[in-house]
Amino acid sequence: METLDQIKSRLTHALLGARLEIVPNESPSSQRSLLVDSEHARAVAQWLRDDPELCLDYCSNVTGVDWLEAVGKTKIKKTVVVDGVEKELEETVDSLRSGYLEAVYHLFSMAKKHGPVILRLRTENRTDKNHLPSLTPVWHGCEFQEREIFDLYGVVFDGHPDLRRILMWDGFKDHPMRKDYVEPDDYEYEPTPHDAVLEKAKKHQAQEAKP
Amino acid sequence: MDEGLRSELQKQGIFTTTLGEIYNWGRKNSVWPLNFGLACCAIEMIATTMARYDLARFGAEVFRPSPRQADLMIVAGTVTKKMAPQVVRLYNQMGEPKYVIAMGACAISGGPFKQGYNVLKGIDRYIPVDVHIPGCPPRPEALIHAFMTLQQKIAEQQLTGAQRPRHLRADAPSEFTVPEFGDHDLVPTKNPDVWQPQVLIRG
Ligand code: SF4
Repeated sequence: METLDQIKSRLTHALLGARLEIVPNESPSSQRSLLVDSEHARAVAQWLRDDPELCLDYCSNVTGVDWLEAVGKTKIKKTVVVDGVEKELEETVDSLRSGYLEAVYHLFSMAKKHGPVILRLRTENRTDKNHLPSLTPVWHGCEFQEREIFDLYGVVFDGHPDLRRILMWDGFKDHPMRKDYVEPDDYEYEPTPHDAVLEKAKKHQAQEAKP
Repeated sequence: MDEGLRSELQKQGIFTTTLGEIYNWGRKNSVWPLNFGLACCAIEMIATTMARYDLARFGAEVFRPSPRQADLMIVAGTVTKKMAPQVVRLYNQMGEPKYVIAMGACAISGGPFKQGYNVLKGIDRYIPVDVHIPGCPPRPEALIHAFMTLQQKIAEQQLTGAQRPRHLRADAPSEFTVPEFGDHDLVPTKNPDVWQPQVLIRG
């Protein structure tokens, strides 16, 4: 299969205007992924599926990720003139990254027996701009998994044929897989607590002790 | 009747029994479980009914697909909060006398998923459980052991007096509150008549 860089360069030629970015991965697997902007996501998906070379006809997995607001470190290259000589210096700058929600698609080709190609879509923020285009019209297998992301992370997939909660009941509030989800306090009986549970159980006991 | 006299009579070919004994003997050897499973433990439960472990030896091979015909509910697997009302409703639909075996870590306490956002911390919060089996999953032998424990429990039931079982008491409840879906949890989170947190004494 082509490398992700090759796919990206072909895509940029095929779909003018699509904003693509390769997300690096520094873990041992070094599995890099392709970040696609929301406006062109559907077209990119269609292209990846129908391209005769790639023929990514199978979406094996869709998952959600919740990225809280965080301080990220970015490296900036600077040219400084030291004693009349131009030098390039690298500097790390702290920058506040705003939070967002992400949907990650793992694509394979059944016909060509290759893959995966990993797509990422990001919402603008975690609160009101939490819409993403649904890729269910391209790969029907995404239907339930996008519903799951909607249910657990609160990403709204535009163009999804049947966007309802799938694991939690209708009428459930909030999205339990979000990192700031506040769970109900039901730590009244913890016979063998440890670590995080121990803390929660203690908190519950302290609250119960209050009149 | 005196045990010695009874065995003496038996040697002469005269069998004696009491109504209570024969009634319980019949009941304990024809306990029909309700046919449903909730997660991985159900696979072990199925294995128990198959030829190798052969639950039929205990008169319990007839898994009924309807709660109306079942005597025993084997809660085999993870009870999610979304499923819990249905489990309680099925229990309510069973006719008395009825028994519950909670099979596996999940059914007795939530097990490996205990702190999960959608997992009930034990079905005994809503319905009375007769036998708890720990294990993840419990082996078929453990289920058979639980079953024999239940049989013993049935055999020891007194048909009269203050200690008589629930199905012989008109005032005892046979239906329990079905929880409703709330904003984040079931409402109520437990049935206080059935389950109260035990007092933990820590050293
Ligand atoms: S106790 Fe273990 S085997 Fe049984 S349902 Fe739970 S996770 Fe599965």
